[in-house]
Amino acid sequence: MAEIQQSGGEAKKGKPKKQLLRVDFTPMVDMNMLLITFFMFCTTLSKPQVMDIAMPADEKITRDEDRPDVKDSQTITLILGENDTVFYYDGAPKFDDYTSLKVTNYSPEGLRAYLLQRNQFIVDEMRELRKEKLENKRMTDEEFKQRSKEIKDNKAHRKVVIIKPTDESNYKNLVDALDEMQICSIDVYAIAGMTEGDRFLLNNYATRGEYGKNAVQPKK
Amino acid sequence: MGKVKAKKQNTFIDMTAMSDVTVLLLTFFMLTATFLPKEPVQVLTPASVSEVKVPEYNTMTILITPKGQVFLNLDRPDIKVAVLDSMGRDYGMTFTDRQKRAFIEDSHIGVPMGQMSVYLNKHQMSRNDDIRQMGIPTDSINNQLARWVTYARRASGKEMRIAIKSDQITPYPLVSGVIKTLVELKENRYSLITTLRAMPSGL
Repeated sequence: MAEIQQSGGEAKKGKPKKQLLRVDFTPMVDMNMLLITFFMFCTTLSKPQVMDIAMPADEKITRDEDRPDVKDSQTITLILGENDTVFYYDGAPKFDDYTSLKVTNYSPEGLRAYLLQRNQFIVDEMRELRKEKLENKRMTDEEFKQRSKEIKDNKAHRKVVIIKPTDESNYKNLVDALDEMQICSIDVYAIAGMTEGDRFLLNNYATRGEYGKNAVQPKK
Repeated sequence: MGKVKAKKQNTFIDMTAMSDVTVLLLTFFMLTATFLPKEPVQVLTPASVSEVKVPEYNTMTILITPKGQVFLNLDRPDIKVAVLDSMGRDYGMTFTDRQKRAFIEDSHIGVPMGQMSVYLNKHQMSRNDDIRQMGIPTDSINNQLARWVTYARRASGKEMRIAIKSDQITPYPLVSGVIKTLVELKENRYSLITTLRAMPSGL
């Protein structure tokens, strides 16, 4: 690729030829650009995201503290089942009515639609806030965070979600469920273990109420 | 009749300057690139809308494979050695400098203590093959994971963050087992490592 140019048309005899050496750098630039692209993707795309969760230190203590100021109408219980199914019920479990337990999946039309509808008040307020932030360029991130925290802390309207993964569910189900909390602006949620009552509900649902007629109902 | 001859122009662009710039950029990106540690078992993490990035420094990553093997990654070499020493004291083992170097070279900890000494004497290539078959024992009688985590916390202080990385199809009981171990050690805050997906519009 190097090009040697001779200056002047006819070289005079006896005089040493003056040579201009020029190297074409185009392929080198091409290669460098390629490498730059590679490294750029490496640095920005390889960085994984994280989702922060906190587990209760001791389940019993936190539950007793939580119980008094959470109304039944504000709680939602999700039971993560096998094959990407999710069961949910509102408030306290109803052992005599198997239809109180609903089944859905993790699609936007399934679990998300339900949670959005249940958490309508806060979702609407959050939507307003985001809109405001988009229009008002002066709103700082801190202010946005502060205000979204205030909205989500609304004791009268906030929802409390208890996530109960069964042994048949997988890690993706758990992350999906936690993700829905973030999408649906639900700030108070907990991961808890399956109880006897939950298993009763599942069995009751599977047999369409037959199981509940014969088995002893667990204590609430 | 003299024809006007079009002058033959040489369109030669000097790329030297351009090349200089690209080399400079390349150097910058190469120096800032941090490569992720090679994992013994490739896992496919689930997606979430969370945009928080994984902390750069002082993070302990617990890797759980779909088969239930558990691996541990500590990003600070000085902590790694300190933790290995503490573990060795528990199991009545001392490690040579060569073994310690091998321990730092490995990206993940994932060998039962009983086999640690033999394992660290092996060549790196065969170590990489071996670790794939192993994992830190987590069963309740021989919970070495609890010890590793305890010593790592003791050596690196309060600021150390715990990240959990697992495959999408890992059954929940395996993850919950590890979390239970951590809760017993009063480690209640974790970061679940996920890949990014877009926030649904209209919210």
